Amino acid sequence: MPAVSKGDGMRGLAVFISDIRNCKSKEAEIKRINKELANIRSKFKGDKALDGYSKKKYVCKLLFIFLLGHDIDFGHMEAVNLLSSNKYTEKQIGYLFISVLVNSNSELIRLINNAIKNDLASRNPTFMCLALHCIANVGSREMGEAFAADIPRILVAGDSMDSVKQSAALCLLRLYKASPDLVPMGEWTARVVHLLNDQHMGVVTAAVSLITCLCKKNPDDFKTCISLAVSRLSRIVSSASTDLQDYTYYFVPAPWLSVKLLRLLQCYPPPEDAAVKGRLVECLETVLNKAQEPPKSKKVQHSNAKNAILFETISLIIHYDSEPNLLVRACNQLGQFLQHRETNLRYLALESMCTLASSEFSHEAVKTHIDTVINALKTERDVSVRQRAADLLYAMCDRSNAKQIVSEMLRYLETADYAIREEIVLKVAILAEKYAVDYSWYVDTILNLIRIAGDYVSEEVWYRVLQIVTNRDDVQGYAAKTVFEALQAPACHENMVKVGGYILGEFGNLIAGDPRSSPPVQFSLLHSKFHLCSVATRALLLSTYIKFINLFPETKATIQGVLRAGSQLRNADVELQQRAVEYLTLSSVASTDVLATVLEEMPPFPERESSILAKLKRKKGPGAASSLDDGRRDASSNDINGGVEPAPSTVSTPSPSADLLGLRAAPPPAAAPAPASAGNLLVDVFSDGPAAQPSLGPTPEEAFLSELEPPAPESPMGLLADPAPAADPGPEDISPPIPEADELLNKFVCKNNGVLFENQLLQIGVKSEFRQNLGRMYLFYGNKTSVQFQNFSPTVVHPGDLQTQLAVQTKRVAAQVDGGAQVQQVLNIECLRDFLTPPLLSVRFRYGGAPQSLTLKLPVTINKFFQPTEMAAQDFFQRWKQLSLPLQEAQKIFKANHPMDAEVTKAKLLGFGSALLDNVDPNPENFVGAGIIQTKALQVGCLLRLEPNAQAQMYRLTLRTSKEPVSRHLCELLAQQF
Amino acid sequence: MIRFILIQNRAGKTRLAKWYMQFDDDEKQKLIEEVHAVVTVRDAKHTNFVEFRNFKIIYRRYAGLYFCICVDVSDNNLAYLEAIHNFVEVLNEYFHNVCELDLVFNFYKVYTVVDEMFLAGEIRETSQTKVLKQLLMLQSLE
Repeated sequence: MPAVSKGDGMRGLAVFISDIRNCKSKEAEIKRINKELANIRSKFKGDKALDGYSKKKYVCKLLFIFLLGHDIDFGHMEAVNLLSSNKYTEKQIGYLFISVLVNSNSELIRLINNAIKNDLASRNPTFMCLALHCIANVGSREMGEAFAADIPRILVAGDSMDSVKQSAALCLLRLYKASPDLVPMGEWTARVVHLLNDQHMGVVTAAVSLITCLCKKNPDDFKTCISLAVSRLSRIVSSASTDLQDYTYYFVPAPWLSVKLLRLLQCYPPPEDAAVKGRLVECLETVLNKAQEPPKSKKVQHSNAKNAILFETISLIIHYDSEPNLLVRACNQLGQFLQHRETNLRYLALESMCTLASSEFSHEAVKTHIDTVINALKTERDVSVRQRAADLLYAMCDRSNAKQIVSEMLRYLETADYAIREEIVLKVAILAEKYAVDYSWYVDTILNLIRIAGDYVSEEVWYRVLQIVTNRDDVQGYAAKTVFEALQAPACHENMVKVGGYILGEFGNLIAGDPRSSPPVQFSLLHSKFHLCSVATRALLLSTYIKFINLFPETKATIQGVLRAGSQLRNADVELQQRAVEYLTLSSVASTDVLATVLEEMPPFPERESSILAKLKRKKGPGAASSLDDGRRDASSNDINGGVEPAPSTVSTPSPSADLLGLRAAPPPAAAPAPASAGNLLVDVFSDGPAAQPSLGPTPEEAFLSELEPPAPESPMGLLADPAPAADPGPEDISPPIPEADELLNKFVCKNNGVLFENQLLQIGVKSEFRQNLGRMYLFYGNKTSVQFQNFSPTVVHPGDLQTQLAVQTKRVAAQVDGGAQVQQVLNIECLRDFLTPPLLSVRFRYGGAPQSLTLKLPVTINKFFQPTEMAAQDFFQRWKQLSLPLQEAQKIFKANHPMDAEVTKAKLLGFGSALLDNVDPNPENFVGAGIIQTKALQVGCLLRLEPNAQAQMYRLTLRTSKEPVSRHLCELLAQQF
Repeated sequence: MIRFILIQNRAGKTRLAKWYMQFDDDEKQKLIEEVHAVVTVRDAKHTNFVEFRNFKIIYRRYAGLYFCICVDVSDNNLAYLEAIHNFVEVLNEYFHNVCELDLVFNFYKVYTVVDEMFLAGEIRETSQTKVLKQLLMLQSLE
């Protein structure tokens, strides 16, 4: 057997290395090195020509010095000289020096390339390999330019030695990766594929790597490799453990080659040829069968090699995702590993199961291991294994097990390593939102998150809970109650104070009836936290206080006292000072009405991508996105659970989108919490003077409207904006509106923003603003799948006479919507005259080749063009009498469909568009409103009166307008809202 | 593919560094230190795999030496773990009961062994018999 004794070959080198090792200090080492460098320099500069051996020895010493971490600025020339030696040992040191100290000195590169060229042409396999290794190690563009054409020739030449072919294949791979443009495909490609048949397993081992890389960019050119790879694999897998002799490793035949072949096959879909596919499936089954056989050796090397093949086989099965039987077998096999005594295997099984969880065929099978995985989360010693367990729980989560998984993750969070807490927090927040059926559970979960790991709850997470609570009125009371209780804790996290401050400021009134949480109690509870909080939180709390003044007039004096205190009014922080000053002035100057408008409850947030998910994706980085590919998970988990999962639209709340994660595009700016916009509002109010008419509606978006220009047809817009084709498809071209279209439309009568429609493929969000007879609407189309929509074309259709009543200009949107992406469409709307039917929105696209079409009613109803009108009681009655013709009045008496809450009713009437007039109706329970419907052709004055009867749970609604159809239509629209 | 191979002792002294990706010298030094920091804190109950930047490190400890291979996250962990062992067995055979000092004094030969078994970041040859035969042949050359 070969043996190398220490330092044989170059005695001087061994002595030098020993000297260095014996140095007692860094200084001594440097001294010794400098001495040696001086010596070498003098030798190189000396008159006496050095022989090859000395040159080799000194170059080798220089290399050693360089590897110790010292700079080397000479000796390159001597190294290059060694390249042309005809002694192997000298040549080897020369090439090694060049490979380690790459130098792009152009003079030298030319000399080096020359030497390489000679060696490649030498027909001496040892020299050829040295040259090829040097190219492969350096891989520079210059070398690519010089040799990219030669190497394929060497690779496929009939007379090349096996070892040269091996090196040439990988050398070519390196050049191709560095500069693909330099390696043109050619007639050699077919011959490279045939290397898979080579007698020499080493050549096959090298060639598979090359082919795997090349076929990724040229799949069709290398397609023939599939059948060759399958037959090679089949021969290996079915061989007895000793057949392959040199290539058998601990009784496992050719493990590395098998793994490489299995990876090559993952570049392609399942083989089309039935015979090839049959043979491959047989291979995969054989591997799975062998896993069950008793081991041929107790050595870990044996089981590792065997399992390397097994895991790669499972990867291929998952990649094909088409053989339910194999997927379930793979899952069972991994299930056994979950309890294996080898940590490596437990880790890899968890990792691999994570991808299995996303296949519809194996998702259920993966779920059966939930208890083992939870146990792993609790007991594994290696944090990376626990991390994989957490990943897997996240991947296997669906509606059926969400509560269990979320509670286990919460429990884990208490003891989790700091490094992964934030990620766990994000995952819990996402799962809680995604699978929340009742939102009180969601609120509880998030508050628990803050309690347990407040420091790791990022802004995205607590903004999100505020958005959801704001948008879902069914949970607001519960949220207020829960957060109030959470704040009772003697020490609570600042994030809890933020969430609590915001929620109580918005919805504290919902729990104010209980004396234990009466307004003063709420206020003093929040204020007890105030002084220990950061500036940002204190700023938020100040906004809560001013909101309290509006919600609970009885707290006004106390709060004004707080604002007036020197610590606020003269606070060193400019933001706090400004808020204190402005809020104090606002509360004393503004009338109750103005205050009520300015401090009105926040409008619902536009529903868009969950910023949490975006954050998790960012955190995970590009490499790890696959297990979190929600598009794919959604599609598959919905398929499985379709029967049990309630469709989002059946959740009985105004916002149909239970799944706020549906839309994902670029990370949106985090939703601004209330204080910022409240601040803007203040400025508006004061600049107009307190007497000015407060504008109703969601004023924060003033700027958005001010840029609205009349969409006159003759405007030059067409040149740049590329409006949709003038010829709308006729009504016969489009499918009838979906059955829920009316119901969906009704949800938008009193609001302008929200999710219009959602199914498993598509989510359509709406954001709109109207002023006078003009409107602008933004439609957001979100692709919920991971597959691109093609020929995507949303069009607006005007049925019947509508064309003459309403002008809608649309801009064309991109015909492709990528998986997970969102596109926006802008609609400019002008109301020409009164109208009764809304326009239709027809959305057509191809999804996975199948045409999809969908028709909805666009949420544009006549009341959108309402201009609220304030008037005194006597004016109101005078006009009411003027409109006394029987046809001018429409009246409806109907049963309440929702709880009769005066505040909600008020909000709805304001949302409907009319002004609400106080002190008009002698009965304070009744509501009276007035407004003008603005169209281009005419204005229609409207008066309305709503009389609730709480005992009978009934309403009477009366409308009087100057146009008979408008009265009837408004009455119908509004009656459906209560 | 393999991004780099490192052999380090417990004190963090590098006994071999083979790079298959362009890094400048400062970056190399940083990587060497980082790898040492993540690998040496792990014990026998831990896995042989560590996430590392956008890659992962497959490592195995032999006496006082850590053999580390940095590969892409999608690469096969066990295949590289055994590739390390295969390499170590070759070194052991070639240097007759290899020890750390063999790698120090014969550093230039270790590179040859590496190039025989790994090239361009890929596994080149896996047969111990073939590799040793080739090394023996090279040994006999002047």
